[in-house]
Amino acid sequence: METAKKHFFIDVSVMLGRSMRHIFRSMDTIITVTIMPIAMMLLFVYVFGGAIQAGTDNYVNYLLPGILLMAIASGISYTAYRLFTDVQKGIFERFHTMPISRSALLWGHVLTSIVSNALSVVVIILVALAMGFRSSAGVLPWLAVAGILVLFTLALTWVAAIAGLSARTIDGASAFSYPLIFLPFISSAFVPTDSMPTVVRAFAENQPVTSIVESIRSLLSGGTPGNDIWIALAWCVGIMLVAYFFAMRAYKKRV
Amino acid sequence: MQFVLTKPIQVRGLQKSYKQLQVLKGVDFEVEKGSIFALLGSNGAGKTTVVKILTTLLRPDGGSAAVNGFDVSTQSDHVRQTISLTGQFAAVDEILTGRENLVMIAKLRYLKNPRQVADDMLTRFGLTEAADRRVSTYSGGMRRRLDIALSLVGKPPIIFLDEPTTGLDPEARIEVWKVVKELADGGTTVLLTTQYLEEAEQLADRIAILHEGRIIASGTLAELKSMFPTAKVEYVEKQPTLEEIFLAIIGKKEGK
Repeated sequence: METAKKHFFIDVSVMLGRSMRHIFRSMDTIITVTIMPIAMMLLFVYVFGGAIQAGTDNYVNYLLPGILLMAIASGISYTAYRLFTDVQKGIFERFHTMPISRSALLWGHVLTSIVSNALSVVVIILVALAMGFRSSAGVLPWLAVAGILVLFTLALTWVAAIAGLSARTIDGASAFSYPLIFLPFISSAFVPTDSMPTVVRAFAENQPVTSIVESIRSLLSGGTPGNDIWIALAWCVGIMLVAYFFAMRAYKKRV
Repeated sequence: MQFVLTKPIQVRGLQKSYKQLQVLKGVDFEVEKGSIFALLGSNGAGKTTVVKILTTLLRPDGGSAAVNGFDVSTQSDHVRQTISLTGQFAAVDEILTGRENLVMIAKLRYLKNPRQVADDMLTRFGLTEAADRRVSTYSGGMRRRLDIALSLVGKPPIIFLDEPTTGLDPEARIEVWKVVKELADGGTTVLLTTQYLEEAEQLADRIAILHEGRIIASGTLAELKSMFPTAKVEYVEKQPTLEEIFLAIIGKKEGK
């Protein structure tokens, strides 16, 4: 049993090393993942920002959490893409005929997704700092923010795994992320929900992005997020469990 | 405990269907230790399906298959310890270099010195110069060599090669043949599938002809030749080639 466990960690670390090499050898993926959210941030801060009444004198502070979620939502489409190509090409067949733990293959992709998304999040935060983003939060709130973002990435990564494992075409494998990227628009990420029509507002206030954005925003501004953080965690864990179940099912169907 | 006399590969009454289509209708064969066994058949005969079942990628619907004495469905982990597959499409990582591919597989086989293993394989397969180039820059022949090298990491005693030379130029094909012969000489058991009759003729100790989901003939090349109707021997000036045997047997079956 002990060796099985040891082998599992070796397997996962080898798989992680493999796909991290893939990422660093195609840096364009990191760039495409960060460029769109950064462009959005520039657009909203310097073009629309003046006209938006967000109830804060520093709109970058208001905007950043939503932008980070957007970056993660577009980042995970590469996870689906990488999984899809692995399944299509012979390399997964080779792994499957070797005495490797099968879940290690998926976990390798999942960890890679977390590391690469963390990289793009850091890049975006640096750009935001240059644009005037400031936070009064201490170490603990920052760790909490990191924790929420990792959980959010995990949840969406397993959603991406479903797409990557069950899609029939490469476009299908990455197209699922478009609605996720746009979800922040219909939330409190860009503007407060008060001004929205009733139906839209009801949706915006009850979808996962709003509670996550509100939690991160209040943590970064040195406040306490209250109920929002529990709703946010419940969403992330809930999505993760459901997606994990279906991803594993799709995986077993494939192999 | 393991039987000393256990044959490396034993297949009995193997059946497999994809939805309505019955691909394998009861396949039987055995492979001797250290021999090269060729599964010969046209496209769609079910060769790849047999290989996928034996390498634990697919589950059979009926019959039994044992590799190194282990049942492929119930003891697949044990099977995976002793086999290695070179599939129809080169199972290499294109973004990694040749060396990185080898090191990766050596690590996944939990070998002590992955770098040394990789170096040895690179030398053995004449890939030392290309070792640190990405595989996406390799030629078809180099890719295939790397593919086979990856399969040999960790010295698995039983190797499956599914159409190892399909799509290769003649020169690369001869290189692959050389490797396969060396393997068998070293005591490795090799099962290969091919649609090239010449390949079976060149390499195999025993040949089985898979046609429409059944083995319709098997034996050594000499045995297969003796099965060929010799009634017209007075008009025939040369020994029949395997190709003629193959076509004659298939023709006979289909005539029924």
